[in-house]
Amino acid sequence: MPLQVLLVEDSPGDARLTEVAFRAADETIVLHVTADGVEAMAFLRHEGVHLGSPRPDLILLDLNLPKMDGREVLTHIKEDDSLKLIPTVILTTSIAESDILRSYELQANCYLSKPVQLDAFDELVRSINDFWLTKVKLPQQMQS
Amino acid sequence: MSNIPEQREPPVVLLVEDNLGDVRLAREAFRDVNGSIHLHLASDGIEAMAFLQKQGVYVDAPRPDLIVLDLNLPKMNGREVLAQIKGDTSLKMIPTVVLSSSETDADVLISYQLQANCYLRKPAQWDAFVGMVRSINAFWLTNTRLPPKTLNG
Repeated sequence: MPLQVLLVEDSPGDARLTEVAFRAADETIVLHVTADGVEAMAFLRHEGVHLGSPRPDLILLDLNLPKMDGREVLTHIKEDDSLKLIPTVILTTSIAESDILRSYELQANCYLSKPVQLDAFDELVRSINDFWLTKVKLPQQMQS
Repeated sequence: MSNIPEQREPPVVLLVEDNLGDVRLAREAFRDVNGSIHLHLASDGIEAMAFLQKQGVYVDAPRPDLIVLDLNLPKMNGREVLAQIKGDTSLKMIPTVVLSSSETDADVLISYQLQANCYLRKPAQWDAFVGMVRSINAFWLTNTRLPPKTLNG
């Protein structure tokens, strides 16, 4: 079964970059994009237009999002007994120590800062793929 | 240039592992991969918690940047250690990577339920083991932003 990645990202440019980088790293990966926190939760809860959405194997979550920010999304995910099992990686431009600390307190699985340069960005996505989607044992896909 | 966050001090890694052979493998692998790492060892769950809580002989123990945790440990098993770490307001921020020879779904599931940052299967062969340590180093000690230690020492 192909791996499903949910990217929660409000910048269409960054979303596109991520999509291209993942396709280059592993073209079997299916990347879903939601552009705000409310849509992300709807996707994860299979609500509304996201009724048939697949359960992601990995969530990449930006912090600064419209409607519901990434910190709130992270809180909701980790408070849910089923969703909290999905590795949730913060992928953000913020390098503020308070953001890093808060994310780990909220049990983000890890925190990555988005590189500005394109080849560094590609390299980061490759390392995410290499570590989280290749080396790491993910919890077995369950019905959510 | 890749996106390497500034690491002001050498990384401190706590390895919780009771099997002496695996400890030796891990020490050599970590040394090969990144000579700047300060690797500390706890050989059972009670010792691990004493180290983390700076108790007894561990009163001056450094706070780890990363914990690598086996599940099958004497005195207090890895699941219990994980539960204690993630239940502690000060310790729960420390990324805790389960590195276990177990591949059973139940062990993987419980680890994620207890909020292990990730679960890795311990390879049996040297080359693969070094490769795994290399990946841990590349991802956790190079690419990842680790929580600051300033507030909790």
